[in-house]
Amino acid sequence: MSGAVAPGRIETALRAKRDTGQKCLVPYITGGLGDDWLQSLAAVIDGGADACEIGIPFSDPVMDGPVIQQANDIALEAGVTPHSIAADLRDFESPIPLATMTYYNIAYRMGHERFANMLNEAGISGSILPDIQMDESHDWISTANDNGIENVLFAAPTSPDERLARTGELARGFVYAVGLLGITGERSELAASAVEIARRAKEHTDLPVLVGVGIGSPEQAVEACAVADGVIIGSTVVRRLVEGPGSTAERAESVRELIAEYRTALDNAFPPD
Amino acid sequence: MAMTDPGPAGRFGEFGGRFVPETLVPACIELEHAFADAWADQGFRDELNRLQRDYTGRPNPLTDCPRFSEEFGFTMVMKREDLNHTGSHKINNVLGQALLAKRMGKTRLVAETGAGQHGVATATAAALLGMSCMVYMGEVDMKRQELNVFRMKLLGAEVVPALSGSRTLKDAVNEAMRDWVATVEDSHYCLGSVMGPHPYPFMVRELHRVIGTEAREQCLERHGRHPDVVTACVGGGSNAAGIFSGFVDTDAELVGIEPAGGAAVGDGVPGVVHGMLSYLKQDEFGQVLEAESISAGLDYPGVGPEHSHLAAIGRARYEQVTDAEVIEAFQVLPRTEGIIPALECAHALAWMIRAKDELAGKLVLMNLSGRGDKDVTQMMGILEL
Repeated sequence: MSGAVAPGRIETALRAKRDTGQKCLVPYITGGLGDDWLQSLAAVIDGGADACEIGIPFSDPVMDGPVIQQANDIALEAGVTPHSIAADLRDFESPIPLATMTYYNIAYRMGHERFANMLNEAGISGSILPDIQMDESHDWISTANDNGIENVLFAAPTSPDERLARTGELARGFVYAVGLLGITGERSELAASAVEIARRAKEHTDLPVLVGVGIGSPEQAVEACAVADGVIIGSTVVRRLVEGPGSTAERAESVRELIAEYRTALDNAFPPD
Repeated sequence: MAMTDPGPAGRFGEFGGRFVPETLVPACIELEHAFADAWADQGFRDELNRLQRDYTGRPNPLTDCPRFSEEFGFTMVMKREDLNHTGSHKINNVLGQALLAKRMGKTRLVAETGAGQHGVATATAAALLGMSCMVYMGEVDMKRQELNVFRMKLLGAEVVPALSGSRTLKDAVNEAMRDWVATVEDSHYCLGSVMGPHPYPFMVRELHRVIGTEAREQCLERHGRHPDVVTACVGGGSNAAGIFSGFVDTDAELVGIEPAGGAAVGDGVPGVVHGMLSYLKQDEFGQVLEAESISAGLDYPGVGPEHSHLAAIGRARYEQVTDAEVIEAFQVLPRTEGIIPALECAHALAWMIRAKDELAGKLVLMNLSGRGDKDVTQMMGILEL
């Protein structure tokens, strides 16, 4: 495994945000959802995101709840592939760093090296693979590090300290703190576990620690950020893309407004120093 | 040496492993240690053996099939897992896991099911041990196997339809895993085959080893030798793993029979889904393909990692049969031996009938892993009698 790896775009951007005393906002959108899905990405950026996760649809997304599953299915039925998403992004000049979020078989089938190359060619800085935990990740992590891809790792409420320590050492970009025991989706209240796992993860790493899974409102985001360096919001965003009204432009505007609401709430609660 | 302990990484050659979300890793490690501890504990073994004897009805017999044998020109004997309580081999695994779950302080069992046999077995064990039980079953399978859905409910289990994807076994596994991610503290995922993350493929094989151990002794006693060929159907591959484990160190040829519409070993390439690296039917991008088989119990695009390993090292071979061959074979055993096989087992029968020239004069042991009662309604729609 590589020793010193220079911080990538995601870590640099999120640290810079943290250094101002503000909190990081990282939305998730499903890649290829609708022909002009890049409008959704543009909306996320306009709304004030610090980085964005692009989901590559997978047939069996075991960490995802109904909303993201549905978005997956729609995109897959439309013929979206990892390559089509990468191709779409190649000509998109993103002012914020991007990470893909998909399942390991997509990378395994393509081959680690080719997967890393695909991300680089598309201008994607990071990779998030929720179903390959660090004990199975050695090969992929070396390939990612060698190719300058920031491989995000997860800290779960069930992780003992020893695993949190190794997560902190091996993760790049940020540490994804799983807010609750469960799959992606909004919940009516923020789980107590969200703040607790953020606190525990931060004891073991200086990387930014972002809470994801179960954040369903700007208020919950603010609550989680009492300890966390930021939040990841997925289902609440994708719901607007799947269930939102009318045209793509209208859905994109609705997403922009949503991101802006989170941005404002976070910035009001945690203004720059 | 094949079919031994895969070690802490849970690898059978290159296959297996533990490809799960971080949330589940500690639970898998806890389960690995709890199983090792229980399996080494004579008290646990005694309790399981007592249940296998007094509740399941083990040892079940080895049955000679003289009329079938005469018709096809080889000596066929069957291990009668169909005679177990609940009607299939699934109870062997479930009783072991339920006892283990209880020992670990879990109060709830979660399971996936295809044909419903594993779901019925899990619901049964939950009732026996006073645990609550939730079974995920593909919506398509719930229609095909109405009888088993009713049985599970009668046994006090909640049956939840899996509505995503192909709405069959693969999707039921996804739903069970999603449940487990949320309930891991009080629930045990009672996985129904030799698949999933380590330690499941190893643990489930060990819990089914009794099939092979008994059959080996019975075959020696009856025929004075090991069989030339041992065959069983393979979906995830638990009944095959159980019977193969008793003969892997002999000269017997081991033949697993996959459905042509879900032949992971035959048509798949290595891939990762449901916690394991194994042969998997998938497209060029790594999307898992939907299996299509007349048998809900074999309707699965993957296979247990140990089978991938046995295939890769050439210790076992895997053949495919079509639904049409299965429908024909399903009718042979009732006519010749007075035994209605499960559609899953009809796959092994179909292969033997097709391979009768190759098998001529040989002693062939088949695992009759389940009885066909559950399939009668479905077959009534297909056969004109």
